[in-house]
Amino acid sequence: MRYLDEYRDPELARRLLAELRATATRPWTIMEVCGGQTHTIVRQGIDELLPAGIRMIHGPGCPVCVTPLEMVDKAVAVAGRPGVIFTSYGDMLRVPGTTGDLLGVKARGGDVRVVYTPLEAVRIAAANPDKQVVFFAVGFETTAPANAMAVLHAARAGLTNFSMLVSHVLVPPAITAILDAPDNEVRAFLAAGHVCAVMGWTQYEPIAARYRVPIVVTGFEPLDLLEGILMAVRQLEEGRAEVENQYARAVRRDGNLEAQQAIRRVFRVTGRAWRGIGRIPESGLSLSTEFAGYDAETRFGTESLAVRENPECIAGEILRGTKLPTDCTAYRVRCTPRTPLGAPMVSAEGTCAAFHAAGRRPSTVEAS
Amino acid sequence: MPGRILDVDVPEGRPDLRTGTVDFGGVRRPVCLAYTPEAEVGDYVIVHVGFAISRVDEDEAAKTLAVLRAMPDALATELGPA
Repeated sequence: MRYLDEYRDPELARRLLAELRATATRPWTIMEVCGGQTHTIVRQGIDELLPAGIRMIHGPGCPVCVTPLEMVDKAVAVAGRPGVIFTSYGDMLRVPGTTGDLLGVKARGGDVRVVYTPLEAVRIAAANPDKQVVFFAVGFETTAPANAMAVLHAARAGLTNFSMLVSHVLVPPAITAILDAPDNEVRAFLAAGHVCAVMGWTQYEPIAARYRVPIVVTGFEPLDLLEGILMAVRQLEEGRAEVENQYARAVRRDGNLEAQQAIRRVFRVTGRAWRGIGRIPESGLSLSTEFAGYDAETRFGTESLAVRENPECIAGEILRGTKLPTDCTAYRVRCTPRTPLGAPMVSAEGTCAAFHAAGRRPSTVEAS
Repeated sequence: MPGRILDVDVPEGRPDLRTGTVDFGGVRRPVCLAYTPEAEVGDYVIVHVGFAISRVDEDEAAKTLAVLRAMPDALATELGPA
């Protein structure tokens, strides 16, 4: 397929790896932010092919994984109410909450529906005026334009039975939080290409300058990732700390202005808790004052809930990049994609699920 | 993954409802094209949750590949057969 196959060419991957070996003279630790990138790196074994000393840390860019447990519990509570049709992207249904997941609500007779796009949730609301239709709006800057458009369509159609449980997060404040951590080892970042397709990369320029850290906007195919890593290593070796764009075919410096305009109109920036990481100031989105009436938390009066994580799950350390799934005592034993203890084993973008799908076993990773 | 636009439909006076059919390697899906007003039939777009967020720039794609293909192959012999 066009724009896919040519970025998976093994011959060019071999040349990139050779160039990397010739470029890297010292060990460097690089974080890929996005879970989609983690998936490619682990599935293709890119992390195991890199020159000795170039270490990839898998970042927190899995929207399902960082959605706070309290928000999952609120979703379960709202979805269980009579007269509610609860709509969500499929991944969220199996994320374990304190006492259960959305799939469990569905199994007990709750009306929980998987939608491919938030516009489907709006259509369901229009078709069911006697029901309250709630959409679970999770994700990074990539899904925010879609979720914003859903609210705009609902408002234009005058729907009063549509609302959103919003748990949106933003990448730049997470990068800053990682860099501010006293035990941070990350020396360069691969920024998530599709987040930057929406937002551009100007927000990353002050971070690169302030922390002296190279940031390379990177795509998702194997050659994209290898080239992104090479660009980051070149900067590190030359002592540069700039924002560079590997993913030029999809990302422009200013991003998608139409999408940003919709996000700015429907949402406002707010502090958010990240599952496994904690609260980060100005790291997420809530509905703006103009559209506050579509907030499911207000509409259903969801209160703060007492939450409890599975004590064996080390998702927090996985998301901060301080541990690998293979360090977890439950990995592949009590925690599998069929019986996940934590969110990173649920989502296709989760590090634990990526390791599991690639058949990584504790011994092979420890030996690498 | 990028998909190719097969058709575009804009209802009169509703640019926010600009939609199209996008082909993802044989799988066809309706996609909202409101955020990529510049994308036309035949263009490739990056799609997230039913929304095109970026049009693939063919010139930039070609440039990236040209850079990669121009990389020296001299070291490859040290690595043995692929």
